[in-house]
Amino acid sequence: MVERLDTMYQRLLSRKILVAVIIVVLAVAAPYLANTYTISLLIEVLIFSIFAMSLNLLVGYTGLPSFGHAAFFGLGAYIIAYISGVNDLTLSFTNNILLTLPIVIIGTGIIALIVGSLALRTDGIYFLMITLAFAQMLFSVAMRWSAVTGGSDGLIGIPRPEIDLGVWKYSFESRTAFYYFVVTTFVAIYFGLHNIIHSPFGLALKGIKSNQMRMQALGYKTLHYKIGVFVLAGVIAGIAGMLLAQFYWHASPENLYWTMSGQALIMVILGGVGTLIGPVIGATLMRLLPNITSTYTNNWQSYMGIMLIVFVLCAPNGIMGILLKKLKNNR
Amino acid sequence: MNDLIVQSINSIVFSMLLFIMAAGLSLIFGHMNFINLAHGSFYVLGGYIGYTMISKIGSYWMALIIVPILVGLVGATIEFLFLRRLYGKHRHLEQVLFTMGLALITADIIRSNWGTYVVTMQTPLLLDGSISILDSQFPLYRLAVIGIGLTIAVALWILMQRTRLGIILRAGVFDRNLVSESGINIQAIFTGIFGLGSALAALAGVIGAPLHSLYPGLQFEILVLTLAVVIVGGLGSLQGAFFGSLLIGIADTFGKALLPEISLFLIFALMAIVLLVKPRGLFGAQSN
Repeated sequence: MVERLDTMYQRLLSRKILVAVIIVVLAVAAPYLANTYTISLLIEVLIFSIFAMSLNLLVGYTGLPSFGHAAFFGLGAYIIAYISGVNDLTLSFTNNILLTLPIVIIGTGIIALIVGSLALRTDGIYFLMITLAFAQMLFSVAMRWSAVTGGSDGLIGIPRPEIDLGVWKYSFESRTAFYYFVVTTFVAIYFGLHNIIHSPFGLALKGIKSNQMRMQALGYKTLHYKIGVFVLAGVIAGIAGMLLAQFYWHASPENLYWTMSGQALIMVILGGVGTLIGPVIGATLMRLLPNITSTYTNNWQSYMGIMLIVFVLCAPNGIMGILLKKLKNNR
Repeated sequence: MNDLIVQSINSIVFSMLLFIMAAGLSLIFGHMNFINLAHGSFYVLGGYIGYTMISKIGSYWMALIIVPILVGLVGATIEFLFLRRLYGKHRHLEQVLFTMGLALITADIIRSNWGTYVVTMQTPLLLDGSISILDSQFPLYRLAVIGIGLTIAVALWILMQRTRLGIILRAGVFDRNLVSESGINIQAIFTGIFGLGSALAALAGVIGAPLHSLYPGLQFEILVLTLAVVIVGGLGSLQGAFFGSLLIGIADTFGKALLPEISLFLIFALMAIVLLVKPRGLFGAQSN
């Protein structure tokens, strides 16, 4: 019996390694195999996966129902627009990713710290509403304060990043180079989150989700943990926003809009709350389906609305939920 | 000085509109523990249906009565068919997604029926004039809105405090199980509350349409302001909805007049300050 389990585990492990190898080979070879349209789609899917994974930290792992995550996504886009954008309104200060990335991280981090310390004084539905309200207010400022934010046009002229070490310089301007840049960022964040989730910090978050009172009784300062994860999620969302702005050369107020927060939530819930890979699956489906359906209908909103309603009524645990249930039944 | 008076009265008018919205949202949240992001859509739906009705039958007053009943029935039907599958303590996210789906579908329905142009409703003839208050001309209609808002506040207060239904509703906030075990059909009451909440939103839509035009995206602007009101006032509290509306209405009107670009941000700051002092709003139950 023990031996059987052991071989089963070995087989599963070798299969896992095989799958991993195939994915890596495909990811590296993609620009040589697929056309530019597919590569663009892939870049989009990866960026939205990062965004959805960051939200999943709050919703899935800590049980914090944020409905304003687009605030940080958009902030990342606008910050990179200000420091690297070539535009009348922006600073065009530097495009060196070694400088811009830390600025985006610190910028979104500080704002997430301020908003988090406030919003996390509340919980549940209050938290949901205050995060939504914050994001909508940022959106309204972005729309109305045209002199600073470019209004409804947003900010244009954001270059793709480059690495500048003084003696050596490399630009990710081409689609293929930028694709590799996004893949690398995605992999780094994926494994970073994997480690964080299994660290004592990550376990404490899970504890807060299942029983906050008990965690407090055990001596955990749960508020500090929650603020910590809120900042982390905000920063990662900011990085995703930065990537999207660089990809499109454009920061748009739409990045801040509530439908963006809603989309991220759908990705998380569609894929499966509280699993690392769930949001990636959700993001893939969410970005691919509109591409397919938009050839048949231009009522994008109704389509998304109906999908939401059907989904909530039929599969509230997401695709990973369905898969995990099947796995359990097979055993 | 004149300007100040005009702005003050305008801010109260807007507060009353917000109050009618917030009372509905707060009712739904406080008694059903259900978060309804389609509340703004009911407002806009009320406004547009009212607009069509007035252009067809020509009577503002008929629209003012019929539209809320119509939208209220729609709300009650939606509750009866779908929402009751989504009740439960840890299901707020599902509620959010479902009602967001409703809001998106409504937005498309509105777009295909009324287009994307700005629609302005005529002020009813009876109230088309204006009177002068301290040397400023003031439209009668705006004063009537204040009257309607106050009337609804009093009516809701009587409903909650002085009737048997009100007692049941208030009891339901504290212990839903106890209420249903006393032989009261809580499901039917929920259908009624959701219908009433939707009707109030539609009423606000018909009243608000002559003041502010109707345009795509309005439902989300009004939703955010209403959310701000219930956060500041406290969920499920009628006084909270009333005083929260006054606070947000005044802040919004003066903010728009003085600092138009960042007026909504002032409201967020106001919300932040209130939450710092009272995390569950001014009139909310302070522990959960």
